[in-house]
Amino acid sequence: MAQTVSRVSTPPPVRSEPRVRLPWPLSIYQTAVGKKWVMGLTGAALLGFIVVHMIGNLHLYEGPLEIHEYAETLRDLGTKIIPRTWLLWAMRFGLIAAFGLHIHSAYSLSRMSMAADQRYPGGRNYIAANFASRTMRWTGPIIGLYLFYHLADLTWGWFNPDFVRGDPYHNVSESLGSIPVAILYIVANVALAVHIFHGTWSMFQSLGVNSPRYNHLRRYLASGLAGIILVGNLSFPIFVQAGVIDDNGRSIVEELQQHEAAEGEDH
Amino acid sequence: MSSEINLTLQVWRQPGPQAEGRFVTYEASGISTDASFLEMLDIVNERLIENGEEPIVFESDCREGICGTCGLMINGQAHGPQKGTATCQLHMRSFSDGDHIVIEPWRATSFPVLRDLAVDRRAMDAIIASGGYISVNTGAAPDANLTPVPKETADTAFDAAACIGCGACVAACPNSAAQLFTAAKVQHLNLLPQGQAQRWARTEAMVETMEEFFGSCTNHGECEEACPKDIPIDFIAWTNRDYIKAKVKNRKLAG
Repeated sequence: MAQTVSRVSTPPPVRSEPRVRLPWPLSIYQTAVGKKWVMGLTGAALLGFIVVHMIGNLHLYEGPLEIHEYAETLRDLGTKIIPRTWLLWAMRFGLIAAFGLHIHSAYSLSRMSMAADQRYPGGRNYIAANFASRTMRWTGPIIGLYLFYHLADLTWGWFNPDFVRGDPYHNVSESLGSIPVAILYIVANVALAVHIFHGTWSMFQSLGVNSPRYNHLRRYLASGLAGIILVGNLSFPIFVQAGVIDDNGRSIVEELQQHEAAEGEDH
Repeated sequence: MSSEINLTLQVWRQPGPQAEGRFVTYEASGISTDASFLEMLDIVNERLIENGEEPIVFESDCREGICGTCGLMINGQAHGPQKGTATCQLHMRSFSDGDHIVIEPWRATSFPVLRDLAVDRRAMDAIIASGGYISVNTGAAPDANLTPVPKETADTAFDAAACIGCGACVAACPNSAAQLFTAAKVQHLNLLPQGQAQRWARTEAMVETMEEFFGSCTNHGECEEACPKDIPIDFIAWTNRDYIKAKVKNRKLAG
Protein backbone atom coordinates (compact mmCIF):
# COMPACT_ATOMS: atom_id res chain seq x y z
CA MET A 1 0.00 0.00 0.00
CA ALA A 2 0.98 3.64 -0.22
CA GLN A 3 2.55 3.75 3.20
CA THR A 4 3.91 0.23 3.38
CA VAL A 5 6.02 -0.26 6.47
CA SER A 6 9.63 -1.18 5.84
CA ARG A 7 10.01 -4.58 4.26
CA VAL A 8 10.43 -7.43 6.74
CA SER A 9 13.50 -9.59 6.17
CA THR A 10 12.27 -12.98 5.03
CA PRO A 11 13.45 -16.27 3.60
CA PRO A 12 13.91 -16.00 -0.19
CA PRO A 13 10.60 -15.92 -2.12
CA VAL A 14 9.59 -19.13 -3.89
CA ARG A 15 8.08 -17.26 -6.81
CA SER A 16 9.95 -14.62 -8.76
CA GLU A 17 8.43 -11.59 -10.45
CA PRO A 18 7.36 -12.26 -14.06
CA ARG A 19 10.07 -11.28 -16.54
CA VAL A 20 7.64 -9.22 -18.61
CA ARG A 21 4.78 -7.28 -17.01
CA LEU A 22 1.88 -7.77 -19.40
CA PRO A 23 -0.61 -4.91 -19.87
CA TRP A 24 -3.91 -4.95 -18.00
CA PRO A 25 -6.04 -7.14 -18.05
CA LEU A 26 -3.51 -9.80 -19.09
CA SER A 27 -1.48 -8.93 -15.98
CA ILE A 28 -4.26 -10.47 -13.90
CA TYR A 29 -3.37 -13.84 -15.43
CA GLN A 30 0.20 -13.40 -14.17
CA THR A 31 -0.98 -13.72 -10.57
CA ALA A 32 -1.94 -16.97 -8.88
CA VAL A 33 -5.40 -15.81 -7.80
CA GLY A 34 -5.96 -14.48 -11.33
CA LYS A 35 -4.98 -17.86 -12.77
CA LYS A 36 -7.44 -19.53 -10.39
CA TRP A 37 -10.14 -17.22 -11.77
CA VAL A 38 -9.28 -18.25 -15.30
CA MET A 39 -9.25 -21.89 -14.23
CA GLY A 40 -12.69 -21.49 -12.67
CA LEU A 41 -14.18 -19.64 -15.65
CA THR A 42 -12.76 -22.02 -18.25
CA GLY A 43 -13.82 -24.93 -16.06
CA ALA A 44 -17.37 -23.59 -16.06
CA ALA A 45 -17.30 -23.26 -19.86
CA LEU A 46 -15.93 -26.80 -20.29
CA LEU A 47 -18.46 -28.14 -17.82
CA GLY A 48 -21.25 -26.49 -19.81
CA PHE A 49 -19.95 -28.17 -22.96
CA ILE A 50 -19.73 -31.58 -21.25
CA VAL A 51 -23.34 -31.36 -20.04
CA VAL A 52 -24.67 -30.27 -23.47
CA HIS A 53 -22.53 -32.89 -25.24
CA MET A 54 -23.85 -35.66 -23.00
CA ILE A 55 -27.46 -34.58 -23.44
CA GLY A 56 -27.00 -34.23 -27.21
CA ASN A 57 -25.52 -37.70 -27.44
CA LEU A 58 -28.71 -39.14 -25.97
CA HIS A 59 -30.05 -38.81 -29.55
CA LEU A 60 -28.14 -42.07 -30.11
CA TYR A 61 -31.02 -43.83 -28.38
CA GLU A 62 -33.46 -42.47 -30.96
CA GLY A 63 -31.64 -44.08 -33.85
CA PRO A 64 -29.01 -43.56 -36.55
CA LEU A 65 -30.97 -41.01 -38.59
CA GLU A 66 -31.94 -38.92 -35.57
CA ILE A 67 -28.36 -38.57 -34.24
CA HIS A 68 -27.20 -37.83 -37.79
CA GLU A 69 -29.81 -35.10 -38.06
CA TYR A 70 -28.75 -33.71 -34.67
CA ALA A 71 -25.12 -33.54 -35.88
CA GLU A 72 -26.22 -31.77 -39.05
CA THR A 73 -28.33 -29.32 -37.03
CA LEU A 74 -25.22 -28.37 -35.05
CA ARG A 75 -23.46 -27.54 -38.31
CA ASP A 76 -26.50 -25.58 -39.46
CA LEU A 77 -26.60 -23.40 -36.33
CA GLY A 78 -26.79 -19.72 -37.24
CA THR A 79 -27.02 -20.36 -40.98
CA LYS A 80 -29.68 -17.69 -41.36
CA ILE A 81 -27.07 -15.06 -40.44
CA ILE A 82 -23.61 -16.48 -41.11
CA PRO A 83 -22.27 -19.22 -43.44
CA ARG A 84 -22.78 -22.86 -42.47
CA THR A 85 -20.56 -24.33 -39.68
CA TRP A 86 -19.16 -20.88 -38.75
CA LEU A 87 -20.99 -20.74 -35.43
CA LEU A 88 -19.96 -24.33 -34.67
CA TRP A 89 -16.35 -23.45 -35.43
CA ALA A 90 -16.56 -20.32 -33.26
CA MET A 91 -17.73 -22.52 -30.38
CA ARG A 92 -14.99 -25.04 -31.11
CA PHE A 93 -12.31 -22.34 -31.02
CA GLY A 94 -13.79 -21.07 -27.76
CA LEU A 95 -13.56 -24.57 -26.30
CA ILE A 96 -10.00 -25.09 -27.52
CA ALA A 97 -8.97 -21.76 -25.95
CA ALA A 98 -10.74 -22.64 -22.69
CA PHE A 99 -9.11 -26.07 -22.63
CA GLY A 100 -5.66 -24.60 -23.31
CA LEU A 101 -6.00 -21.98 -20.57
CA HIS A 102 -7.42 -24.54 -18.12
CA ILE A 103 -4.36 -26.76 -18.65
CA HIS A 104 -1.84 -23.93 -18.62
CA SER A 105 -3.18 -22.39 -15.42
CA ALA A 106 -3.28 -25.81 -13.74
CA TYR A 107 0.26 -26.57 -14.84
CA SER A 108 1.79 -23.29 -13.67
CA LEU A 109 -0.12 -23.24 -10.36
CA SER A 110 0.91 -26.83 -9.67
CA ARG A 111 4.54 -25.91 -10.24
CA MET A 112 4.19 -22.95 -7.91
CA SER A 113 2.64 -25.12 -5.20
CA MET A 114 5.26 -27.83 -5.61
CA ALA A 115 8.00 -25.22 -5.13
CA ALA A 116 6.28 -23.94 -1.99
CA ASP A 117 5.50 -27.31 -0.42
CA GLN A 118 7.77 -29.56 1.61
CA ARG A 119 7.11 -33.19 2.39
CA TYR A 120 6.44 -34.48 5.89
CA PRO A 121 8.76 -37.47 6.40
CA GLY A 122 6.48 -38.60 9.23
CA GLY A 123 3.43 -38.53 6.96
CA ARG A 124 0.47 -36.23 6.69
CA ASN A 125 -3.01 -36.99 7.90
CA TYR A 126 -5.71 -35.72 5.54
CA ILE A 127 -9.01 -34.73 7.11
CA ALA A 128 -10.90 -32.46 4.73
CA ALA A 129 -9.20 -33.28 1.43
CA ASN A 130 -11.15 -35.96 -0.40
CA PHE A 131 -10.17 -38.45 -3.09
CA ALA A 132 -11.39 -36.11 -5.84
CA SER A 133 -9.52 -33.03 -4.63
CA ARG A 134 -6.29 -34.94 -4.15
CA THR A 135 -6.38 -36.59 -7.58
CA MET A 136 -7.14 -33.48 -9.70
CA ARG A 137 -3.59 -33.53 -11.08
CA TRP A 138 -4.11 -37.17 -12.16
CA THR A 139 -7.69 -37.09 -13.41
CA GLY A 140 -6.89 -33.94 -15.46
CA PRO A 141 -4.16 -35.54 -17.63
CA ILE A 142 -6.27 -38.74 -17.94
CA ILE A 143 -9.11 -36.64 -19.36
CA GLY A 144 -6.68 -34.81 -21.69
CA LEU A 145 -5.28 -38.04 -23.13
CA TYR A 146 -8.75 -39.53 -23.41
CA LEU A 147 -9.98 -36.41 -25.21
CA PHE A 148 -7.23 -36.83 -27.82
CA TYR A 149 -8.17 -40.49 -28.32
CA HIS A 150 -11.88 -39.61 -28.42
CA LEU A 151 -11.35 -37.02 -31.19
CA ALA A 152 -8.96 -39.27 -33.15
CA ASP A 153 -11.43 -42.13 -32.85
CA LEU A 154 -14.80 -40.51 -33.48
CA THR A 155 -14.01 -37.22 -35.27
CA TRP A 156 -10.98 -38.01 -37.39
CA GLY A 157 -11.51 -41.77 -37.66
CA TRP A 158 -7.83 -42.71 -37.25
CA PHE A 159 -8.36 -45.86 -35.23
CA ASN A 160 -11.50 -47.12 -36.86
CA PRO A 161 -11.17 -48.94 -40.22
CA ASP A 162 -14.96 -48.81 -40.74
CA PHE A 163 -15.19 -45.07 -40.00
CA VAL A 164 -17.96 -43.32 -41.92
CA ARG A 165 -17.86 -39.53 -41.82
CA GLY A 166 -21.19 -38.10 -40.75
CA ASP A 167 -22.61 -41.31 -39.24
CA PRO A 168 -22.08 -41.06 -35.48
CA TYR A 169 -24.34 -44.05 -34.76
CA HIS A 170 -22.28 -46.35 -36.95
CA ASN A 171 -18.94 -45.02 -35.66
CA VAL A 172 -19.96 -45.24 -32.00
CA SER A 173 -21.28 -48.79 -32.35
CA GLU A 174 -18.15 -49.89 -34.25
CA SER A 175 -15.68 -48.23 -31.81
CA LEU A 176 -17.33 -48.96 -28.51
CA GLY A 177 -18.16 -52.47 -29.67
CA SER A 178 -14.56 -53.38 -28.96
CA ILE A 179 -14.12 -54.32 -25.30
CA PRO A 180 -10.76 -52.52 -24.72
CA VAL A 181 -12.20 -49.28 -26.14
CA ALA A 182 -15.33 -49.62 -24.00
CA ILE A 183 -13.13 -50.11 -20.90
CA LEU A 184 -11.06 -47.04 -21.86
CA TYR A 185 -14.24 -44.95 -22.14
CA ILE A 186 -15.52 -46.19 -18.80
CA VAL A 187 -12.23 -45.46 -16.98
CA ALA A 188 -11.88 -42.02 -18.57
CA ASN A 189 -15.46 -41.04 -17.79
CA VAL A 190 -15.10 -42.10 -14.17
CA ALA A 191 -12.01 -39.85 -14.02
CA LEU A 192 -14.07 -37.06 -15.62
CA ALA A 193 -16.84 -37.41 -13.03
CA VAL A 194 -14.30 -37.38 -10.17
CA HIS A 195 -12.67 -34.25 -11.67
CA ILE A 196 -16.07 -32.56 -12.00
CA PHE A 197 -17.02 -33.46 -8.43
CA HIS A 198 -14.17 -31.41 -7.00
CA GLY A 199 -13.98 -28.89 -9.85
CA THR A 200 -17.61 -27.76 -9.63
CA TRP A 201 -17.39 -27.10 -5.91
CA SER A 202 -13.93 -25.58 -6.14
CA MET A 203 -15.01 -23.23 -8.93
CA PHE A 204 -17.31 -21.33 -6.57
CA GLN A 205 -14.49 -20.75 -4.10
CA SER A 206 -12.00 -19.66 -6.77
CA LEU A 207 -14.48 -17.25 -8.33
CA GLY A 208 -15.51 -15.90 -4.94
CA VAL A 209 -19.13 -17.02 -5.30
CA ASN A 210 -19.81 -17.61 -1.65
CA SER A 211 -22.85 -16.80 0.41
CA PRO A 212 -23.24 -18.71 3.69
CA ARG A 213 -26.99 -19.06 3.10
CA TYR A 214 -26.51 -21.03 -0.11
CA ASN A 215 -23.07 -22.60 0.37
CA HIS A 216 -24.42 -26.05 1.26
CA LEU A 217 -26.05 -26.21 -2.20
CA ARG A 218 -22.63 -26.17 -3.89
CA ARG A 219 -21.89 -29.72 -2.75
CA TYR A 220 -25.27 -30.94 -3.98
CA LEU A 221 -24.67 -29.29 -7.34
CA ALA A 222 -21.21 -30.84 -7.64
CA SER A 223 -22.47 -34.33 -6.72
CA GLY A 224 -25.52 -33.96 -8.96
CA LEU A 225 -23.58 -32.84 -12.02
CA ALA A 226 -20.86 -35.45 -11.53
CA GLY A 227 -23.53 -38.15 -11.11
CA ILE A 228 -25.60 -37.11 -14.13
CA ILE A 229 -22.53 -36.94 -16.36
CA LEU A 230 -21.24 -40.25 -15.05
CA VAL A 231 -24.53 -42.07 -15.67
CA GLY A 232 -25.11 -40.44 -19.06
CA ASN A 233 -21.62 -40.98 -20.42
CA LEU A 234 -21.21 -44.51 -19.07
CA SER A 235 -24.51 -45.52 -20.65
CA PHE A 236 -22.97 -45.30 -24.15
CA PRO A 237 -20.19 -47.91 -23.85
CA ILE A 238 -22.44 -50.11 -21.68
CA PHE A 239 -25.41 -50.03 -24.08
CA VAL A 240 -23.18 -50.57 -27.12
CA GLN A 241 -21.70 -53.62 -25.40
CA ALA A 242 -25.22 -54.76 -24.50
CA GLY A 243 -26.23 -54.49 -28.14
CA VAL A 244 -28.82 -51.74 -27.65
CA ILE A 245 -26.85 -49.41 -29.94
CA ASP A 246 -25.86 -51.65 -32.85
CA ASP A 247 -26.23 -51.25 -36.61
CA ASN A 248 -24.68 -54.65 -37.46
CA GLY A 249 -21.87 -52.93 -39.37
CA ARG A 250 -24.29 -51.22 -41.79
CA SER A 251 -24.03 -47.49 -42.15
CA ILE A 252 -27.58 -46.31 -42.77
CA VAL A 253 -26.41 -42.75 -43.35
CA GLU A 254 -23.92 -43.93 -45.99
CA GLU A 255 -26.62 -45.95 -47.75
CA LEU A 256 -28.96 -42.98 -47.63
CA GLN A 257 -26.32 -40.70 -49.10
CA GLN A 258 -25.59 -43.22 -51.89
CA HIS A 259 -29.30 -43.53 -52.55
CA GLU A 260 -29.69 -39.76 -52.78
CA ALA A 261 -26.69 -39.52 -55.09
CA ALA A 262 -28.18 -42.23 -57.33
CA GLU A 263 -31.52 -40.42 -57.40
CA GLY A 264 -29.75 -37.19 -58.30
CA GLU A 265 -28.19 -38.93 -61.32
CA ASP A 266 -31.63 -40.22 -62.40
CA HIS A 267 -33.08 -36.73 -62.67
CA MET B 1 -9.64 -38.38 37.04
CA SER B 2 -6.01 -37.95 36.32
CA SER B 3 -3.89 -40.93 35.47
CA GLU B 4 -0.44 -41.52 34.06
CA ILE B 5 0.38 -42.80 30.60
CA ASN B 6 3.54 -43.98 28.88
CA LEU B 7 4.26 -42.77 25.37
CA THR B 8 6.81 -43.27 22.63
CA LEU B 9 7.74 -40.01 20.92
CA GLN B 10 9.33 -39.74 17.52
CA VAL B 11 10.67 -36.17 17.43
CA TRP B 12 12.28 -34.30 14.54
CA ARG B 13 15.75 -33.17 15.63
CA GLN B 14 17.68 -30.75 13.44
CA PRO B 15 20.70 -28.86 14.86
CA GLY B 16 20.37 -25.86 12.51
CA PRO B 17 18.77 -24.48 9.33
CA GLN B 18 21.37 -26.01 7.00
CA ALA B 19 21.88 -29.22 8.97
CA GLU B 20 20.37 -32.56 8.07
CA GLY B 21 17.40 -33.45 10.28
CA ARG B 22 16.26 -36.85 11.49
CA PHE B 23 13.71 -38.49 13.79
CA VAL B 24 14.87 -39.42 17.30
CA THR B 25 12.79 -41.73 19.48
CA TYR B 26 12.19 -40.88 23.14
CA GLU B 27 10.30 -42.80 25.79
CA ALA B 28 8.03 -40.48 27.73
CA SER B 29 6.92 -42.49 30.75
CA GLY B 30 4.65 -41.49 33.61
CA ILE B 31 3.04 -38.50 31.84
CA SER B 32 -0.03 -37.12 33.64
CA THR B 33 -3.12 -36.99 31.44
CA ASP B 34 -3.74 -33.51 32.91
CA ALA B 35 -0.52 -32.21 31.32
CA SER B 36 -0.77 -30.18 28.16
CA PHE B 37 1.15 -31.34 25.12
CA LEU B 38 3.78 -28.65 25.69
CA GLU B 39 4.06 -29.56 29.40
CA MET B 40 4.69 -33.12 28.29
CA LEU B 41 7.55 -31.84 26.10
CA ASP B 42 8.81 -29.77 29.08
CA ILE B 43 8.94 -32.96 31.17
CA VAL B 44 10.80 -34.80 28.41
CA ASN B 45 13.24 -31.86 28.14
CA GLU B 46 13.84 -31.83 31.91
CA ARG B 47 14.84 -35.47 31.73
CA LEU B 48 17.05 -34.83 28.68
CA ILE B 49 18.83 -32.01 30.54
CA GLU B 50 19.31 -34.25 33.60
CA ASN B 51 20.94 -36.82 31.33
CA GLY B 52 23.18 -34.13 29.84
CA GLU B 53 21.46 -34.18 26.44
CA GLU B 54 20.31 -31.24 24.31
CA PRO B 55 16.66 -30.41 25.02
CA ILE B 56 14.13 -30.37 22.15
CA VAL B 57 13.69 -26.83 20.81
CA PHE B 58 10.06 -25.82 20.35
CA GLU B 59 8.26 -22.47 20.44
CA SER B 60 5.59 -21.43 22.92
CA ASP B 61 4.47 -18.31 24.70
CA CYS B 62 1.01 -17.72 26.16
CA ARG B 63 0.03 -21.40 26.46
CA GLU B 64 -3.64 -20.46 26.32
CA GLY B 65 -4.23 -20.49 22.58
CA ILE B 66 -4.17 -16.78 21.85
CA CYS B 67 -0.62 -15.89 20.82
CA GLY B 68 0.00 -18.19 17.84
CA THR B 69 3.57 -19.00 18.83
CA CYS B 70 3.26 -22.74 19.35
CA GLY B 71 2.51 -25.08 16.54
CA LEU B 72 3.52 -28.67 15.94
CA MET B 73 2.61 -31.31 13.42
CA ILE B 74 1.39 -34.11 15.68
CA ASN B 75 0.81 -37.46 13.99
CA GLY B 76 0.45 -35.69 10.64
CA GLN B 77 -2.12 -33.20 11.92
CA ALA B 78 -1.39 -29.51 12.52
CA HIS B 79 -1.94 -28.78 16.25
CA GLY B 80 -2.80 -32.45 16.78
CA PRO B 81 -6.05 -34.40 16.78
CA GLN B 82 -8.24 -31.93 18.71
CA LYS B 83 -10.25 -29.57 16.50
CA GLY B 84 -10.26 -25.81 17.02
CA THR B 85 -7.36 -25.65 19.46
CA ALA B 86 -3.66 -24.79 19.34
CA THR B 87 -0.97 -27.26 20.42
CA CYS B 88 -0.81 -25.69 23.88
CA GLN B 89 -4.52 -26.41 24.44
CA LEU B 90 -4.14 -30.06 23.52
CA HIS B 91 -4.01 -32.23 26.62
CA MET B 92 -2.48 -35.63 27.08
CA ARG B 93 -5.93 -37.04 27.90
CA SER B 94 -6.42 -37.01 24.12
CA PHE B 95 -3.88 -39.86 23.97
CA SER B 96 -3.88 -43.36 25.40
CA ASP B 97 -1.27 -45.38 27.20
CA GLY B 98 1.29 -46.86 24.82
CA ASP B 99 0.60 -44.39 22.00
CA HIS B 100 3.26 -43.64 19.44
CA ILE B 101 3.39 -39.88 18.64
CA VAL B 102 5.25 -38.40 15.67
CA ILE B 103 6.17 -34.72 16.22
CA GLU B 104 7.38 -32.59 13.32
CA PRO B 105 7.83 -28.88 12.70
CA TRP B 106 5.60 -26.98 10.24
CA ARG B 107 6.89 -27.68 6.76
CA ALA B 108 6.87 -25.27 3.83
CA THR B 109 9.66 -23.85 1.70
CA SER B 110 8.99 -20.42 3.20
CA PHE B 111 8.99 -21.87 6.75
CA PRO B 112 12.64 -22.99 7.00
CA VAL B 113 13.42 -25.02 10.12
CA LEU B 114 15.54 -22.98 12.53
CA ARG B 115 16.18 -25.78 14.97
CA ASP B 116 14.29 -28.98 15.85
CA LEU B 117 10.62 -27.96 15.94
CA ALA B 118 11.03 -24.18 15.57
CA VAL B 119 10.51 -22.64 12.13
CA ASP B 120 11.04 -19.16 10.68
CA ARG B 121 7.61 -17.64 9.98
CA ARG B 122 8.72 -14.18 8.85
CA ALA B 123 7.17 -14.72 5.42
CA MET B 124 3.81 -14.24 7.17
CA ASP B 125 5.10 -11.00 8.71
CA ALA B 126 5.87 -9.77 5.18
CA ILE B 127 2.21 -10.32 4.23
CA ILE B 128 1.05 -8.24 7.22
CA ALA B 129 3.65 -5.53 6.55
CA SER B 130 2.38 -5.15 2.98
CA GLY B 131 -1.12 -4.10 4.06
CA GLY B 132 -2.49 -5.79 7.17
CA TYR B 133 -3.25 -2.54 8.98
CA ILE B 134 -5.34 0.63 8.67
CA SER B 135 -3.83 4.10 8.46
CA VAL B 136 -5.77 6.60 10.60
CA ASN B 137 -5.03 10.04 11.93
CA THR B 138 -4.16 9.57 15.56
CA GLY B 139 -5.60 11.79 18.23
CA ALA B 140 -8.24 11.46 20.86
CA ALA B 141 -10.12 8.17 20.85
CA PRO B 142 -13.28 8.48 18.73
CA ASP B 143 -16.63 8.46 20.48
CA ALA B 144 -18.16 5.07 20.98
CA ASN B 145 -20.69 4.15 18.28
CA LEU B 146 -19.54 7.05 16.10
CA THR B 147 -19.20 4.60 13.22
CA PRO B 148 -22.19 2.26 13.19
CA VAL B 149 -21.37 -1.37 12.32
CA PRO B 150 -24.15 -3.94 11.87
CA LYS B 151 -23.96 -6.75 14.42
CA GLU B 152 -23.66 -9.47 11.74
CA THR B 153 -20.79 -7.62 10.04
CA ALA B 154 -18.98 -7.11 13.32
CA ASP B 155 -19.40 -10.80 14.17
CA THR B 156 -18.06 -11.93 10.80
CA ALA B 157 -15.12 -9.52 10.97
CA PHE B 158 -14.39 -10.83 14.45
CA ASP B 159 -14.42 -14.44 13.20
CA ALA B 160 -11.63 -13.44 10.82
CA ALA B 161 -9.84 -11.34 13.43
CA ALA B 162 -9.61 -14.41 15.65
CA CYS B 163 -6.63 -15.50 13.51
CA ILE B 164 -3.55 -15.81 15.72
CA GLY B 165 -1.15 -16.21 12.80
CA CYS B 166 0.21 -19.58 13.93
CA GLY B 167 0.75 -20.93 10.42
CA ALA B 168 -1.22 -24.15 10.87
CA CYS B 169 -3.12 -23.42 7.64
CA VAL B 170 0.14 -23.39 5.69
CA ALA B 171 1.41 -26.48 7.51
CA ALA B 172 -1.77 -28.46 6.83
CA CYS B 173 -2.10 -27.39 3.19
CA PRO B 174 -0.82 -29.89 0.59
CA ASN B 175 0.09 -26.83 -1.52
CA SER B 176 1.61 -24.88 1.38
CA ALA B 177 -0.78 -22.05 0.52
CA ALA B 178 -1.23 -19.25 3.05
CA GLN B 179 -4.65 -18.40 1.66
CA LEU B 180 -6.59 -18.80 4.92
CA PHE B 181 -4.13 -16.68 6.94
CA THR B 182 -4.04 -13.95 4.28
CA ALA B 183 -7.80 -14.02 3.74
CA ALA B 184 -8.48 -13.69 7.47
CA LYS B 185 -6.05 -10.78 7.76
CA VAL B 186 -7.51 -9.08 4.66
CA GLN B 187 -11.17 -9.63 5.54
CA HIS B 188 -11.17 -8.60 9.21
CA LEU B 189 -10.31 -5.12 7.91
CA ASN B 190 -12.14 -5.20 4.57
CA LEU B 191 -15.45 -6.04 6.25
CA LEU B 192 -15.42 -3.01 8.54
CA PRO B 193 -15.97 0.70 7.75
CA GLN B 194 -12.52 1.59 9.10
CA GLY B 195 -10.93 -0.70 6.56
CA GLN B 196 -12.68 0.68 3.48
CA ALA B 197 -10.25 3.51 2.60
CA GLN B 198 -7.41 1.11 1.89
CA ARG B 199 -9.55 -1.90 0.96
CA TRP B 200 -8.42 -2.36 -2.66
CA ALA B 201 -4.79 -1.38 -2.11
CA ARG B 202 -4.61 -3.75 0.87
CA THR B 203 -6.16 -6.70 -0.95
CA GLU B 204 -3.86 -6.41 -3.95
CA ALA B 205 -0.69 -5.88 -1.88
CA MET B 206 -1.34 -8.67 0.63
CA VAL B 207 -2.41 -11.27 -1.92
CA GLU B 208 0.61 -10.55 -4.13
CA THR B 209 3.02 -10.73 -1.20
CA MET B 210 1.42 -14.05 -0.24
CA GLU B 211 1.99 -15.37 -3.77
CA GLU B 212 5.70 -14.63 -3.50
CA PHE B 213 6.14 -17.05 -0.62
CA PHE B 214 3.38 -19.62 -0.62
CA GLY B 215 1.63 -22.06 -2.94
CA SER B 216 -1.69 -21.80 -4.73
CA CYS B 217 -4.97 -22.84 -3.12
CA THR B 218 -6.74 -25.87 -4.61
CA ASN B 219 -9.70 -25.77 -2.22
CA HIS B 220 -9.00 -28.96 -0.27
CA GLY B 221 -10.27 -27.33 2.93
CA GLU B 222 -7.47 -28.78 5.10
CA CYS B 223 -6.65 -25.31 6.51
CA GLU B 224 -10.15 -24.88 7.93
CA GLU B 225 -9.83 -28.22 9.77
CA ALA B 226 -6.37 -27.36 11.10
CA CYS B 227 -7.20 -23.80 12.18
CA PRO B 228 -7.12 -23.47 15.99
CA LYS B 229 -9.63 -20.61 15.66
CA ASP B 230 -12.03 -22.46 13.29
CA ILE B 231 -11.80 -19.73 10.66
CA PRO B 232 -13.93 -20.80 7.67
CA ILE B 233 -12.62 -20.88 4.08
CA ASP B 234 -15.48 -18.56 3.10
CA PHE B 235 -13.01 -15.76 3.77
CA ILE B 236 -10.79 -17.16 1.01
CA ALA B 237 -13.63 -16.91 -1.51
CA TRP B 238 -14.40 -13.32 -0.47
CA THR B 239 -10.72 -12.40 -0.77
CA ASN B 240 -10.57 -13.93 -4.26
CA ARG B 241 -13.54 -11.77 -5.21
CA ASP B 242 -12.04 -8.65 -3.61
CA TYR B 243 -8.75 -9.30 -5.38
CA ILE B 244 -10.28 -9.27 -8.87
CA LYS B 245 -12.30 -6.15 -7.97
CA ALA B 246 -9.08 -4.56 -6.70
CA LYS B 247 -7.31 -5.37 -9.97
CA VAL B 248 -10.04 -3.41 -11.79
CA LYS B 249 -10.37 -0.53 -9.35
CA ASN B 250 -6.64 -0.01 -8.73
CA ARG B 251 -6.05 0.23 -12.46
CA LYS B 252 -8.18 3.37 -12.60
CA LEU B 253 -6.21 4.86 -9.69
CA ALA B 254 -2.86 4.09 -11.29
CA GLY B 255 -3.74 6.52 -14.08
